[in-house]
Amino acid sequence: MTNVGESDRLVGLLTQGREEFTGKWVRGVTSTLAGRLTAAEVQQDLNELYTALVEALRNGGVATRNEAYGEVRSLLTELSRNRARQGFSPTETAFSVLALKDVLEPALADGADVKAYLQLARVLDDLGLYTIEVHAKTREEIISAQAEQLLELSTPVVKLWDGVVGVPLVGTLDSARTQVVMEKLLQSLLDLNATHAIVDITGVPAVDTQVAQHLLKTVVAARMMGAECVISGIRPQIAQTIVALGIEFGDITTKATLADALRHALDRIEERGPVEIGGLL
Amino acid sequence: MHESPITGNGDVVKARQAVRVLAQEARLSLVDQTKLVTAASELARNTLSYGGGGTMRASIVTRGTSTGVKVVFSDQGPGIPDLDLALTDGWSSGRGMGLGLSGARRLADEFTLDSAPGKGTTVSVLKWAR
Ligand SMILES: Nc1ncnc2c1ncn2[C@@H]1O[C@H](COP(=O)(O)OP(=O)(O)OP(=O)(O)O)[C@@H](O)[C@H]1O
Ligand SMILES: [Mg+2]
Repeated sequence: MTNVGESDRLVGLLTQGREEFTGKWVRGVTSTLAGRLTAAEVQQDLNELYTALVEALRNGGVATRNEAYGEVRSLLTELSRNRARQGFSPTETAFSVLALKDVLEPALADGADVKAYLQLARVLDDLGLYTIEVHAKTREEIISAQAEQLLELSTPVVKLWDGVVGVPLVGTLDSARTQVVMEKLLQSLLDLNATHAIVDITGVPAVDTQVAQHLLKTVVAARMMGAECVISGIRPQIAQTIVALGIEFGDITTKATLADALRHALDRIEERGPVEIGGLL
Repeated sequence: MHESPITGNGDVVKARQAVRVLAQEARLSLVDQTKLVTAASELARNTLSYGGGGTMRASIVTRGTSTGVKVVFSDQGPGIPDLDLALTDGWSSGRGMGLGLSGARRLADEFTLDSAPGKGTTVSVLKWAR
């Protein structure tokens, strides 16, 4: 570690001026956050960070990849994740680190201090970029978690009757949506002990070969679990388009409306009922 | 004239919406709107999955007293070696139903397919308002 010696001066400067620097740092950061975090909250974060930073400089010099910076990184990770969740921008988050530069600049006394300052500036730039990275990653995580929830919300499986579950499909059916629909449908067939499933496509604006393929797969999977599956909500324009495309639904029952499909399912249950009981006895 | 790139799944959705808007503007019936949108959806997905991405150009056209919507997809992909085979119902080089291209031809009033190996592919569909 050749650069440990070079950063001695930096450590001395930061240790000596601790009170003054952290005070200004906290004030600077708090003012940019416009009241969304209190000075006390900011103070706690930054004091911990300051202590860890001085320790890291003492043991690892200015090499921020050094493991001496482990503690600094984990504090920054936590800070960035929290700020991302609280809705702060990446710039605001990185500024929490970079603001320390502004604080130190006026404290420079002579040429040797300038060199030390430039070294620290590089360290803080590195750490600032790191907070942006973590912030971006956290935001991605939040977005995909929300998309997943939305995916589930937009494809609810509802119990329509004893033994009959319905899946109203709305909007564009892509592969991800279909996968969710299929899993939820199969699970509810099991949970609700249902023998009939109705997939309603009234809310699907167009049925192309991809959507049709997804629908067919869903029906086949439901059948494998012993359930009968009906597709309902096929509006006239969709029916004509499906025919022109050349898609065949084979022996899959289709109905114009959800009510028709439910009526059909109930008829089938009545027909089948006694036979099943007979089988059980 | 509407021009948009087809480089991701999101673009296929956008292409469908753009065609729907033009079809309504040209006063196509609901059935014809749905047919044209579905044809465009098939071609957009082919452009993406086989052509490696490309562009869609859609516009309202007039001929005599008729108004219609024309949608052209072009890509610089590998091209189609055997056009008859590609237009055969149920034939797919991938895992599709093999109905996209032939279905789009049936859904449209006018259909052109221009493709050769190494030259890319251009497909157009046109639907008239009646
Ligand atoms: N733009 C293109 N570039 C190269 N090959 C194409 C292109 N469009 C279609 N093809 C070829 O033509 C075949 C038939 O296309 P078609 O759309 O009919 O079926 P598919 O896409 O395989 O299945 P799907 O029924 O889901 O559309 C494709 O499998 C592919 O080999
Ligand atoms: Mg296709």
